[in-house]
Amino acid sequence: MERRVHDRGGWPDAGPIDRAEHVYTMWERRTDAIRGVLGAKRLIRTDELRRAVESIELSPYEQLSYYERWIVAIEALLIEKGLLTREEIDRKMEAWVTCRS
Amino acid sequence: MDQHDHAHAHDTHAPIEDREELTYYEKRTWAIQALLVEKGIITADEIRRQIETVEAQTPADGAKMIARAWVDPEFKARLLRDAKAAVAELGVDSGEAPVLVAIENTPKVHHVVVCTLCSCYPRALLGLPPDWYKSLNYRSRVVVDPRGVLKEFGLELEPDVEVRVYDSSADMRYLVIPERPAGTEHMREAELANLVTRDSMIGVTKARAPQQQAEIKAAAPA
Amino acid sequence: MGDLSELMSASRGDIPSDTVEEMTMAAKFRLGDRVRVRVGSPPGHFRTPAYIQGKTGVIEGLHGTFPNPESLARGGDGLPTQFLYLVRFDQTHLWQRYPTSLQDKLLIDIYEHWLESAS
Repeated sequence: MERRVHDRGGWPDAGPIDRAEHVYTMWERRTDAIRGVLGAKRLIRTDELRRAVESIELSPYEQLSYYERWIVAIEALLIEKGLLTREEIDRKMEAWVTCRS
Repeated sequence: MDQHDHAHAHDTHAPIEDREELTYYEKRTWAIQALLVEKGIITADEIRRQIETVEAQTPADGAKMIARAWVDPEFKARLLRDAKAAVAELGVDSGEAPVLVAIENTPKVHHVVVCTLCSCYPRALLGLPPDWYKSLNYRSRVVVDPRGVLKEFGLELEPDVEVRVYDSSADMRYLVIPERPAGTEHMREAELANLVTRDSMIGVTKARAPQQQAEIKAAAPA
Repeated sequence: MGDLSELMSASRGDIPSDTVEEMTMAAKFRLGDRVRVRVGSPPGHFRTPAYIQGKTGVIEGLHGTFPNPESLARGGDGLPTQFLYLVRFDQTHLWQRYPTSLQDKLLIDIYEHWLESAS
Protein backbone atom coordinates (compact mmCIF):
# COMPACT_ATOMS: atom_id res chain seq x y z
CA MET A 1 0.00 0.00 0.00
CA GLU A 2 1.33 3.38 -0.98
CA ARG A 3 2.24 5.51 2.01
CA ARG A 4 2.09 9.29 1.80
CA VAL A 5 5.01 11.46 2.93
CA HIS A 6 3.19 12.80 5.97
CA ASP A 7 1.71 9.48 7.11
CA ARG A 8 4.36 8.77 9.71
CA GLY A 9 2.82 6.39 12.24
CA GLY A 10 5.11 3.37 12.33
CA TRP A 11 7.40 4.77 9.61
CA PRO A 12 10.43 2.45 9.54
CA ASP A 13 13.94 3.36 10.70
CA ALA A 14 12.85 6.27 12.87
CA GLY A 15 15.61 7.26 15.24
CA PRO A 16 15.89 8.76 18.73
CA ILE A 17 13.81 11.80 19.53
CA ASP A 18 15.69 15.07 19.88
CA ARG A 19 14.17 16.48 23.05
CA ALA A 20 16.10 19.75 23.05
CA GLU A 21 13.88 22.73 23.76
CA HIS A 22 14.14 25.46 21.24
CA VAL A 23 12.81 28.95 21.59
CA TYR A 24 10.56 29.84 18.69
CA THR A 25 12.22 32.41 16.41
CA MET A 26 10.48 35.57 15.30
CA TRP A 27 10.25 34.15 11.80
CA GLU A 28 8.48 31.02 13.04
CA ARG A 29 6.00 33.08 15.03
CA ARG A 30 5.42 35.28 12.02
CA THR A 31 4.78 32.31 9.70
CA ASP A 32 2.46 30.86 12.30
CA ALA A 33 0.64 34.19 12.49
CA ILE A 34 0.30 34.50 8.71
CA ARG A 35 -1.40 31.13 8.73
CA GLY A 36 -3.59 32.16 11.66
CA VAL A 37 -4.71 35.43 10.08
CA LEU A 38 -5.38 33.84 6.68
CA GLY A 39 -7.31 31.09 8.48
CA ALA A 40 -9.40 33.55 10.49
CA LYS A 41 -10.33 35.27 7.24
CA ARG A 42 -11.29 31.89 5.78
CA LEU A 43 -8.81 32.41 2.95
CA ILE A 44 -6.90 29.22 3.76
CA ARG A 45 -8.55 26.37 5.64
CA THR A 46 -6.57 24.08 7.94
CA ASP A 47 -7.50 21.11 5.75
CA GLU A 48 -6.19 22.89 2.66
CA LEU A 49 -2.93 23.69 4.41
CA ARG A 50 -2.54 20.04 5.39
CA ARG A 51 -3.27 18.97 1.82
CA ALA A 52 -0.66 21.37 0.48
CA VAL A 53 1.97 20.22 3.02
CA GLU A 54 1.20 16.60 2.12
CA SER A 55 1.84 17.41 -1.54
CA ILE A 56 5.49 18.22 -0.86
CA GLU A 57 7.84 15.60 -2.31
CA LEU A 58 9.38 13.11 0.10
CA SER A 59 12.92 14.46 0.18
CA PRO A 60 12.03 18.13 0.76
CA TYR A 61 9.34 17.05 3.24
CA GLU A 62 12.02 15.37 5.32
CA GLN A 63 14.66 18.08 4.86
CA LEU A 64 12.61 21.22 5.32
CA SER A 65 11.91 22.42 8.83
CA TYR A 66 8.36 22.44 10.13
CA TYR A 67 7.64 26.10 9.31
CA GLU A 68 9.49 25.89 6.02
CA ARG A 69 6.96 23.25 5.00
CA TRP A 70 4.22 25.63 6.05
CA ILE A 71 5.48 28.59 4.07
CA VAL A 72 5.94 26.39 0.99
CA ALA A 73 2.35 25.21 1.43
CA ILE A 74 0.99 28.69 2.11
CA GLU A 75 2.71 30.03 -1.00
CA ALA A 76 1.32 27.19 -3.13
CA LEU A 77 -2.21 27.82 -1.84
CA LEU A 78 -2.05 31.60 -2.31
CA ILE A 79 -0.96 31.04 -5.90
CA GLU A 80 -3.58 28.34 -6.44
CA LYS A 81 -6.28 30.69 -5.21
CA GLY A 82 -5.05 33.52 -7.42
CA LEU A 83 -4.24 35.80 -4.49
CA LEU A 84 -0.57 36.09 -5.40
CA THR A 85 1.59 34.96 -8.33
CA ARG A 86 4.96 33.24 -8.21
CA GLU A 87 6.43 36.02 -10.33
CA GLU A 88 5.48 38.79 -7.97
CA ILE A 89 6.83 36.86 -4.98
CA ASP A 90 10.11 36.32 -6.86
CA ARG A 91 10.23 40.01 -7.80
CA LYS A 92 9.57 41.05 -4.23
CA MET A 93 12.41 38.88 -3.01
CA GLU A 94 14.79 40.32 -5.59
CA ALA A 95 13.80 43.87 -4.74
CA TRP A 96 14.34 43.15 -1.07
CA VAL A 97 17.78 41.67 -1.66
CA THR A 98 18.72 44.70 -3.75
CA CYS A 99 17.54 47.02 -1.01
CA ARG A 100 19.56 45.16 1.59
CA SER A 101 22.88 45.33 -0.25
CA MET B 1 8.76 50.00 -8.00
CA ASP B 2 12.27 51.28 -7.40
CA GLN B 3 11.70 53.84 -4.72
CA HIS B 4 11.24 53.01 -1.12
CA ASP B 5 8.34 54.66 0.51
CA HIS B 6 9.38 54.91 4.11
CA ALA B 7 5.91 55.99 5.05
CA HIS B 8 4.86 52.38 4.56
CA ALA B 9 4.27 50.37 7.69
CA HIS B 10 7.70 49.31 8.81
CA ASP B 11 6.72 45.67 8.86
CA THR B 12 6.60 45.47 5.07
CA HIS B 13 10.30 46.29 4.92
CA ALA B 14 13.21 44.15 5.92
CA PRO B 15 12.94 42.67 9.37
CA ILE B 16 14.55 44.62 12.17
CA GLU B 17 15.60 41.52 14.01
CA ASP B 18 17.98 40.01 11.46
CA ARG B 19 21.62 40.49 12.24
CA GLU B 20 22.82 37.70 9.98
CA GLU B 21 21.73 36.58 6.56
CA LEU B 22 18.20 35.20 6.51
CA THR B 23 17.49 31.86 4.89
CA TYR B 24 15.72 31.61 1.56
CA TYR B 25 12.44 30.67 3.22
CA GLU B 26 12.65 33.43 5.79
CA LYS B 27 13.03 35.93 2.99
CA ARG B 28 10.20 34.29 1.12
CA THR B 29 7.94 34.71 4.15
CA TRP B 30 8.77 38.41 4.27
CA ALA B 31 8.02 38.78 0.58
CA ILE B 32 4.70 37.00 0.95
CA GLN B 33 3.67 39.01 3.98
CA ALA B 34 4.67 42.28 2.31
CA LEU B 35 2.60 41.46 -0.76
CA LEU B 36 -0.41 40.38 1.26
CA VAL B 37 -0.28 43.65 3.18
CA GLU B 38 0.24 45.77 0.03
CA LYS B 39 -2.77 44.14 -1.57
CA GLY B 40 -4.90 44.76 1.50
CA ILE B 41 -5.49 41.06 2.09
CA ILE B 42 -4.09 41.27 5.61
CA THR B 43 -2.68 44.07 7.73
CA ALA B 44 0.59 44.18 9.65
CA ASP B 45 -1.51 44.92 12.71
CA GLU B 46 -3.44 41.69 12.35
CA ILE B 47 -0.18 39.77 12.19
CA ARG B 48 1.13 41.53 15.25
CA ARG B 49 -2.07 40.84 17.22
CA GLN B 50 -2.04 37.20 16.20
CA ILE B 51 1.56 36.83 17.36
CA GLU B 52 0.59 38.38 20.70
CA THR B 53 -2.44 36.13 21.11
CA VAL B 54 -0.35 33.03 20.55
CA GLU B 55 2.44 34.27 22.83
CA ALA B 56 -0.11 34.62 25.63
CA GLN B 57 -0.96 30.92 25.40
CA THR B 58 1.26 28.90 27.71
CA PRO B 59 1.11 25.59 29.59
CA ALA B 60 0.17 27.58 32.71
CA ASP B 61 -3.41 27.60 31.43
CA GLY B 62 -3.49 23.84 31.14
CA ALA B 63 -1.81 23.46 34.52
CA LYS B 64 -4.52 25.60 36.11
CA MET B 65 -7.17 23.17 34.81
CA ILE B 66 -5.29 20.15 36.11
CA ALA B 67 -4.73 21.61 39.57
CA ARG B 68 -8.40 22.48 39.87
CA ALA B 69 -9.35 18.97 38.72
CA TRP B 70 -7.08 17.51 41.38
CA VAL B 71 -8.68 19.44 44.24
CA ASP B 72 -12.28 19.48 43.01
CA PRO B 73 -13.73 16.12 41.90
CA GLU B 74 -16.85 17.75 40.49
CA PHE B 75 -14.77 20.06 38.34
CA LYS B 76 -12.80 17.06 37.17
CA ALA B 77 -16.05 15.32 36.20
CA ARG B 78 -17.10 18.39 34.23
CA LEU B 79 -13.67 18.59 32.59
CA LEU B 80 -13.94 14.98 31.49
CA ARG B 81 -17.47 15.44 30.24
CA ASP B 82 -17.04 18.77 28.40
CA ALA B 83 -13.56 20.21 28.53
CA LYS B 84 -14.33 23.37 26.52
CA ALA B 85 -17.04 24.43 28.96
CA ALA B 86 -14.97 23.52 32.04
CA VAL B 87 -11.98 25.46 30.75
CA ALA B 88 -14.20 28.50 30.16
CA GLU B 89 -15.32 28.32 33.81
CA LEU B 90 -11.75 29.19 34.82
CA GLY B 91 -11.57 32.02 32.35
CA VAL B 92 -9.40 30.28 29.78
CA ASP B 93 -10.23 30.62 26.10
CA SER B 94 -9.96 27.20 24.49
CA GLY B 95 -9.46 28.98 21.20
CA GLU B 96 -10.11 27.53 17.81
CA ALA B 97 -9.85 23.90 18.83
CA PRO B 98 -13.18 22.63 17.59
CA VAL B 99 -13.31 20.05 20.34
CA LEU B 100 -11.19 19.72 23.46
CA VAL B 101 -11.19 16.38 25.27
CA ALA B 102 -9.55 15.69 28.62
CA ILE B 103 -8.32 12.14 29.26
CA GLU B 104 -7.35 10.99 32.71
CA ASN B 105 -4.28 9.07 33.83
CA THR B 106 -4.67 6.70 36.78
CA PRO B 107 -2.27 4.32 38.49
CA LYS B 108 -3.38 1.65 36.03
CA VAL B 109 -3.95 3.65 32.83
CA HIS B 110 -1.45 5.99 31.20
CA HIS B 111 -2.33 8.13 28.17
CA VAL B 112 0.03 9.72 25.68
CA VAL B 113 -0.97 11.93 22.75
CA VAL B 114 0.45 12.35 19.24
CA CYS B 115 -0.61 13.55 15.82
CA THR B 116 1.06 11.12 13.41
CA LEU B 117 -0.26 12.91 10.32
CA CYS B 118 0.83 16.44 11.18
CA SER B 119 1.06 18.23 14.57
CA CYS B 120 -2.43 18.74 16.02
CA TYR B 121 -2.02 19.96 19.59
CA PRO B 122 -4.20 21.73 22.21
CA ARG B 123 -2.39 25.05 21.68
CA ALA B 124 -4.86 27.18 23.57
CA LEU B 125 -4.10 25.21 26.75
CA LEU B 126 -0.42 24.41 26.22
CA GLY B 127 0.98 27.09 23.93
CA LEU B 128 3.03 26.21 20.87
CA PRO B 129 4.12 22.57 20.73
CA PRO B 130 7.72 21.55 21.40
CA ASP B 131 9.81 20.59 18.36
CA TRP B 132 9.96 16.96 19.40
CA TYR B 133 6.17 16.62 19.32
CA LYS B 134 6.20 17.74 15.67
CA SER B 135 9.23 15.61 14.79
CA LEU B 136 9.07 12.74 12.33
CA ASN B 137 10.66 10.39 14.87
CA TYR B 138 8.09 11.04 17.59
CA ARG B 139 5.22 10.73 15.15
CA SER B 140 6.62 7.47 13.88
CA ARG B 141 7.65 5.77 17.10
CA VAL B 142 5.17 6.68 19.81
CA VAL B 143 2.38 4.67 18.17
CA VAL B 144 4.46 1.54 17.59
CA ASP B 145 6.70 1.69 20.69
CA PRO B 146 5.15 4.05 23.26
CA ARG B 147 7.00 2.48 26.18
CA GLY B 148 10.32 2.92 24.38
CA VAL B 149 9.51 6.56 23.74
CA LEU B 150 8.38 7.14 27.33
CA LYS B 151 11.64 5.59 28.51
CA GLU B 152 13.54 8.19 26.43
CA PHE B 153 11.59 10.80 28.38
CA GLY B 154 12.59 9.13 31.63
CA LEU B 155 9.33 7.32 32.35
CA GLU B 156 9.16 3.56 32.80
CA LEU B 157 5.79 1.99 33.43
CA GLU B 158 4.98 -1.40 34.90
CA PRO B 159 3.65 -4.07 32.54
CA ASP B 160 0.30 -4.09 34.33
CA VAL B 161 -0.27 -0.42 33.47
CA GLU B 162 -2.29 -0.01 30.29
CA VAL B 163 -0.63 2.49 27.95
CA ARG B 164 -3.16 4.20 25.68
CA VAL B 165 -1.83 6.20 22.75
CA TYR B 166 -4.23 8.75 21.26
CA ASP B 167 -3.56 9.72 17.65
CA SER B 168 -5.26 13.09 17.04
CA SER B 169 -6.40 12.42 13.50
CA ALA B 170 -9.45 14.69 13.41
CA ASP B 171 -10.80 17.79 15.17
CA MET B 172 -10.43 16.54 18.73
CA ARG B 173 -7.57 18.01 20.73
CA TYR B 174 -6.59 15.77 23.60
CA LEU B 175 -5.32 17.03 26.97
CA VAL B 176 -3.97 14.53 29.47
CA ILE B 177 -4.89 14.93 33.14
CA PRO B 178 -1.76 13.54 34.79
CA GLU B 179 -2.04 11.69 38.10
CA ARG B 180 -1.77 13.79 41.20
CA PRO B 181 1.63 13.05 42.75
CA ALA B 182 1.84 11.44 46.16
CA GLY B 183 2.61 13.65 49.16
CA THR B 184 0.71 16.67 47.85
CA GLU B 185 -2.34 16.50 50.11
CA HIS B 186 -1.32 19.64 51.97
CA MET B 187 -0.61 21.73 48.88
CA ARG B 188 -2.71 24.64 47.70
CA GLU B 189 -4.06 24.80 44.17
CA ALA B 190 -1.47 27.32 42.95
CA GLU B 191 1.37 25.17 44.29
CA LEU B 192 -0.16 22.10 42.67
CA ALA B 193 -0.28 23.90 39.33
CA ASN B 194 3.51 24.34 39.53
CA LEU B 195 3.90 20.55 39.50
CA VAL B 196 2.00 20.19 36.23
CA THR B 197 4.42 20.33 33.31
CA ARG B 198 3.58 20.68 29.65
CA ASP B 199 5.06 17.23 29.03
CA SER B 200 2.81 15.65 31.66
CA MET B 201 -0.23 17.07 29.83
CA ILE B 202 0.97 15.46 26.60
CA GLY B 203 1.60 12.26 28.53
CA VAL B 204 5.31 11.66 27.95
CA THR B 205 6.05 12.21 31.62
CA LYS B 206 4.22 12.29 34.92
CA ALA B 207 3.65 15.50 36.88
CA ARG B 208 6.54 16.52 39.11
CA ALA B 209 6.77 15.15 42.59
CA PRO B 210 6.98 17.79 45.35
CA GLN B 211 10.55 16.68 46.00
CA GLN B 212 11.55 17.35 42.37
CA GLN B 213 9.82 20.73 42.46
CA ALA B 214 11.71 21.67 45.64
CA GLU B 215 15.02 20.68 43.99
CA ILE B 216 14.23 22.83 40.96
CA LYS B 217 13.42 25.81 43.14
CA ALA B 218 16.57 25.35 45.17
CA ALA B 219 18.68 25.21 42.03
CA ALA B 220 17.11 28.30 40.48
CA PRO B 221 19.22 31.46 40.52
CA ALA B 222 18.26 33.81 43.35
CA MET C 1 -28.60 5.56 26.03
CA GLY C 2 -27.27 7.24 29.15
CA ASP C 3 -23.71 6.26 28.26
CA LEU C 4 -24.13 7.50 24.69
CA SER C 5 -25.31 10.89 25.91
CA GLU C 6 -22.33 11.16 28.23
CA LEU C 7 -19.95 10.48 25.41
CA MET C 8 -21.70 12.80 23.00
CA SER C 9 -21.64 15.72 25.37
CA ALA C 10 -18.02 14.96 26.19
CA SER C 11 -17.25 15.82 22.62
CA ARG C 12 -19.67 18.50 21.66
CA GLY C 13 -20.49 20.43 24.79
CA ASP C 14 -23.87 21.91 25.28
CA ILE C 15 -26.13 20.08 22.85
CA PRO C 16 -29.86 19.74 23.42
CA SER C 17 -30.75 16.14 24.18
CA ASP C 18 -33.09 15.72 21.22
CA THR C 19 -30.21 16.67 18.92
CA VAL C 20 -28.00 14.16 20.68
CA GLU C 21 -30.59 11.51 19.95
CA GLU C 22 -30.85 12.57 16.32
CA MET C 23 -27.10 12.47 15.98
CA THR C 24 -26.69 9.08 17.60
CA MET C 25 -29.51 7.77 15.44
CA ALA C 26 -27.59 9.08 12.44
CA ALA C 27 -24.55 7.03 13.52
CA LYS C 28 -24.18 3.71 11.77
CA PHE C 29 -22.17 2.18 14.62
CA ARG C 30 -22.74 1.95 18.35
CA LEU C 31 -20.43 1.80 21.33
CA GLY C 32 -18.75 -1.55 21.53
CA ASP C 33 -19.27 -2.44 17.86
CA ARG C 34 -16.36 -4.19 16.19
CA VAL C 35 -15.29 -2.36 13.04
CA ARG C 36 -12.67 -2.82 10.37
CA VAL C 37 -10.89 0.14 8.81
CA ARG C 38 -11.11 0.22 5.02
CA VAL C 39 -7.97 0.10 2.94
CA GLY C 40 -7.38 2.85 0.44
CA SER C 41 -5.29 5.71 -0.82
CA PRO C 42 -7.72 8.07 -2.56
CA PRO C 43 -6.19 10.99 -4.46
CA GLY C 44 -5.94 14.11 -2.33
CA HIS C 45 -6.18 14.51 1.41
CA PHE C 46 -7.57 11.99 3.88
CA ARG C 47 -7.09 11.38 7.61
CA THR C 48 -6.89 7.58 7.92
CA PRO C 49 -3.29 6.59 8.54
CA ALA C 50 -1.82 3.54 6.79
CA TYR C 51 -0.95 1.78 10.05
CA ILE C 52 -4.62 1.23 10.98
CA GLN C 53 -5.98 0.50 7.52
CA GLY C 54 -7.30 -3.03 7.29
CA LYS C 55 -7.20 -3.39 11.08
CA THR C 56 -10.07 -4.28 13.37
CA GLY C 57 -11.01 -2.29 16.45
CA VAL C 58 -13.90 -1.41 18.74
CA ILE C 59 -16.03 1.74 18.84
CA GLU C 60 -15.05 3.51 22.07
CA GLY C 61 -16.75 6.87 21.50
CA LEU C 62 -19.20 8.74 19.33
CA HIS C 63 -18.05 12.28 18.55
CA GLY C 64 -20.96 13.40 16.39
CA THR C 65 -21.06 14.62 12.81
CA PHE C 66 -18.35 16.74 11.24
CA PRO C 67 -17.63 18.20 7.82
CA ASN C 68 -15.60 15.82 5.67
CA PRO C 69 -11.95 16.95 5.64
CA GLU C 70 -11.41 15.29 2.26
CA SER C 71 -13.82 17.80 0.74
CA LEU C 72 -12.61 20.79 2.78
CA ALA C 73 -9.04 20.14 1.67
CA ARG C 74 -10.07 20.73 -1.96
CA GLY C 75 -11.88 23.95 -1.06
CA GLY C 76 -15.19 22.13 -0.93
CA ASP C 77 -18.02 22.61 1.53
CA GLY C 78 -17.31 19.48 3.59
CA LEU C 79 -20.62 17.88 2.68
CA PRO C 80 -21.95 15.37 3.23
CA THR C 81 -20.92 15.48 6.88
CA GLN C 82 -19.56 12.27 8.32
CA PHE C 83 -20.06 10.69 11.69
CA LEU C 84 -16.80 10.58 13.61
CA TYR C 85 -15.88 7.78 16.00
CA LEU C 86 -13.18 7.13 18.54
CA VAL C 87 -11.95 3.64 17.70
CA ARG C 88 -9.81 1.51 20.01
CA PHE C 89 -7.25 -1.05 18.82
CA ASP C 90 -5.13 -3.58 20.67
CA GLN C 91 -1.50 -2.71 20.05
CA THR C 92 -0.68 -6.43 19.77
CA HIS C 93 -3.10 -6.55 16.81
CA LEU C 94 -1.57 -3.50 15.09
CA TRP C 95 2.11 -4.42 15.36
CA GLN C 96 3.67 -7.83 14.82
CA ARG C 97 6.41 -7.33 17.39
CA TYR C 98 4.38 -5.73 20.16
CA PRO C 99 4.90 -7.75 23.37
CA THR C 100 1.86 -10.01 23.69
CA SER C 101 1.84 -9.78 27.48
CA LEU C 102 0.92 -6.08 27.37
CA GLN C 103 -2.65 -4.72 27.34
CA ASP C 104 -1.73 -1.47 25.59
CA LYS C 105 -4.16 0.27 23.27
CA LEU C 106 -4.17 2.73 20.38
CA LEU C 107 -7.12 5.11 20.02
CA ILE C 108 -7.81 7.23 16.99
CA ASP C 109 -10.64 9.29 15.51
CA ILE C 110 -12.03 7.79 12.29
CA TYR C 111 -14.77 8.99 9.94
CA GLU C 112 -17.66 6.65 9.28
CA HIS C 113 -17.04 6.22 5.55
CA TRP C 114 -13.73 4.58 6.41
CA LEU C 115 -15.32 1.94 8.64
CA GLU C 116 -17.19 -1.26 7.96
CA SER C 117 -18.78 -3.71 10.36
CA ALA C 118 -16.51 -6.53 11.52
CA SER C 119 -18.91 -8.44 13.75
